[in-house]
Amino acid sequence: MQRQVALIKQSLLDQGYLDEQFMELEELQDDANPNFVEEVATLYFKDSARLINNIDQALERGSFDFNRLDNYMHQFKGSSTSIGASKVKTECTMFREYCRAGNAEGCLRTFKQLKKEHATLRKKLEQYFQLARQAGPKETARRPK
Amino acid sequence: MMNPSQGRGLGSGGGSSSGRKQGGEAVVEMFPSGLRVLVVDDDPTCLMILERMLRTCLYEVTKCNRAEMALSLLRNNKHGFDIVISDVHMPDMDGFKLLEHVGLEMDLPVIMMSADDSKSVVLKGVTHGAVDYLIKPVRMEALKNIWQHVVRKRRSEWSVPENSGSIEETGQQQQQQQQRGGPAVSGGEDAADDNASSVNNEGNNWRSSSNNSRKRKEEEGEEQGDEDASNLKKPRVVWSVELHQQFVAAVNQLGVEKAVPKKILELMNVPGLTRENVASHLQKYRIYLRRLGGVSQHQGNLNNSFMTGQDASFGPLSSLNGFDLQALAVTGQLPAQSLAQLQAAGLGRPAMVSKPGLPVSSVVDERSIFSFDNSKPRFGDGIGHHQTQQPQMNLLHGVPTGMEPRQLACLQQQLPVGNRMSIQQQIAAVRAGHSVQNSGMMMPQQQPFPRGPSIRQPMLPNRITERSGFSGRSSVPESSRVLPTSYTNLPTQHSSTSVAFNSFQQELPVNSFPLPSAPGLSVPAQVRKPHSSYQEEVNSSEAGFTTPSYDMFSNRHNDWDLRSIAFDAHQDAESVAFSNSEAYSSSTMPRNNNNNTAVAATDLGRNQQQTPPNMVPHHHQVYGNGGGGSTSVRVKSERVAADTAAMAFHEQYSNQEDLMSALLKQEGVAPVVDTEFDFDAYSIDDIPV
Repeated sequence: MQRQVALIKQSLLDQGYLDEQFMELEELQDDANPNFVEEVATLYFKDSARLINNIDQALERGSFDFNRLDNYMHQFKGSSTSIGASKVKTECTMFREYCRAGNAEGCLRTFKQLKKEHATLRKKLEQYFQLARQAGPKETARRPK
Repeated sequence: MMNPSQGRGLGSGGGSSSGRKQGGEAVVEMFPSGLRVLVVDDDPTCLMILERMLRTCLYEVTKCNRAEMALSLLRNNKHGFDIVISDVHMPDMDGFKLLEHVGLEMDLPVIMMSADDSKSVVLKGVTHGAVDYLIKPVRMEALKNIWQHVVRKRRSEWSVPENSGSIEETGQQQQQQQQRGGPAVSGGEDAADDNASSVNNEGNNWRSSSNNSRKRKEEEGEEQGDEDASNLKKPRVVWSVELHQQFVAAVNQLGVEKAVPKKILELMNVPGLTRENVASHLQKYRIYLRRLGGVSQHQGNLNNSFMTGQDASFGPLSSLNGFDLQALAVTGQLPAQSLAQLQAAGLGRPAMVSKPGLPVSSVVDERSIFSFDNSKPRFGDGIGHHQTQQPQMNLLHGVPTGMEPRQLACLQQQLPVGNRMSIQQQIAAVRAGHSVQNSGMMMPQQQPFPRGPSIRQPMLPNRITERSGFSGRSSVPESSRVLPTSYTNLPTQHSSTSVAFNSFQQELPVNSFPLPSAPGLSVPAQVRKPHSSYQEEVNSSEAGFTTPSYDMFSNRHNDWDLRSIAFDAHQDAESVAFSNSEAYSSSTMPRNNNNNTAVAATDLGRNQQQTPPNMVPHHHQVYGNGGGGSTSVRVKSERVAADTAAMAFHEQYSNQEDLMSALLKQEGVAPVVDTEFDFDAYSIDDIPV
């Protein structure tokens, strides 16, 4: 099972959903903090959901305050980067570009894409963590004999 | 209030402090674990990750998701943290502003971080005095070594006393030289140069001594303690407002250029205070003054005249920009503090020297460089062109500041000034150490010395050291930063100073100051505090001391903005823009800008608010008060150089006067326009002339 977990993780990495930052986070996990990565991911999704909401509202208003949108996106990018959400991060960057260019249409399009990536990642990570929990503590942990 | 009890050695707070008590080696071994880190980031994900990483490094972590909370945490535990890591973009307060605050008030090393890796932002971090800038995602490796910043800072603080020692000797020499140069100042630049050179020498000496001091650490070992590790443990003296006031009083009594740590110490007569403490504080103070002077260079010229007359001299000042004022205020009436403030404000300002004719000379003779009496006349004519002439204002151009040359040397970076001799000389004198041309006295830079009235004291004495060290390396920008912090310490004072300023300002208009609009301009800006946070700052520190405006001030921006501002009403926008560009501008710049802008503004009928949109709108520096009714509240928006500019617009004239008065007032000598940066809040109005 551990192997399965590892495989899933690898595939996520390969597909670009996650990057090395995620690996860094995993390294921070240890016996004292066995679910660190999952906790961080949970926090991330909670916070990013809020951000997405804000952006949605801002976009719906139609006023297109690019500055504000850019600010939101900056935050979003920051957290996505910290957790290693690679694809999401890319969309964030693109969104910001559109903001800077004042391209409302581009923003809307990108944001839709961003939400999609975000949702996909969330699902995949949820699966991953579930499996990881089932597989038990990581290899480093001692397995009861 | 020295609180030697703090003794926070690096690790004293942490778990591994046990080894620390012992001595250098033990400390070093235990270190860096137990390092007390405060992390500030509004992003909970990042915060969690950082906390985890830092704990893995065996650091003691406190996390905080709001800058305000972080600041209050820091304030309540002055020695509870060793280092601060902060995000740049935060909703309640700009990271740079927090950076400035911390630098000024607590003198702790601050690391900035952001997902934004654009050069401009990184540069901003540098100019604001951050010891490092991390790009997110932050990796463990980057965090593992943050302790180096703490050690570095301690070391630089540590070595200050050594410098003071050497400076003392040098200083005395310098003083003599300066005095000699004083009378000659009348000649204007030449004289100023002479003086400046002496100042420069001081600065050079200072610098070299500082360099040497590091190497000679062993010699002074007994004073400092042993190795770096021990330094870490050195109890940190907290420069409370009262203490700082005592310090300033002592310095003023002795004369800025003559003030040497030993004598100051004697005058202060505070048990437990060591010469080293005083020396490092003095260094910061000088930097602060220098900074003020720098800014005020523009105004300084004006200020000079201002200073001498204290009340009357304002006239010419207005033209110069608030900066000159500062210079004047500082040199003439204002005790070093004011000067520092002015300088701080004027740091970036172009040398006010434009008016070689400044009667600085007479001023110079006066009490320690600051006497600007003579400068008065100068300002009048210099107003317009003055500014333009000096592209880079050396804050204290020729002013042979008595301040430790070394500080000036550090500050020098910015001061290209060379023009205004009279004022500059004075300022330079204050700054001490700044090369003649540049004597712009950057002093203020490093010293967060509260610009405002002595009340500000708490200025970041510590910070200064750091800053100086830092800025010394990097360049003026640092110093500007320093100033702000000092102000924040004086929350209460702020209001008082502002009041003082206000009153003072009123007087100013009376001066011959040609600025037409100034007095009347009461800068609405004052009130403007667009940022609530800024406002706090202003209130707390009197004006945006903390504002990053200092940055801009210290740098290049100030120079030209000030200049332009002073002279052209229209330029206000420029200046404003300028000020805006740098966060720092708010503090010092505002003054100058205000002055200029004030004048300009009046002409244009602009309101501060109008100030060019490009100006950093967020800081509404109340600074504007200008001579007229401006309520001294110069809110110093930190970054908002723009604000100041806006303010400047209106008050241009008044600002300068205000500055001066405020400074003088604060200093207690004359309307000291301390506010260089932070004072904005109280802007010169407070000066109880």
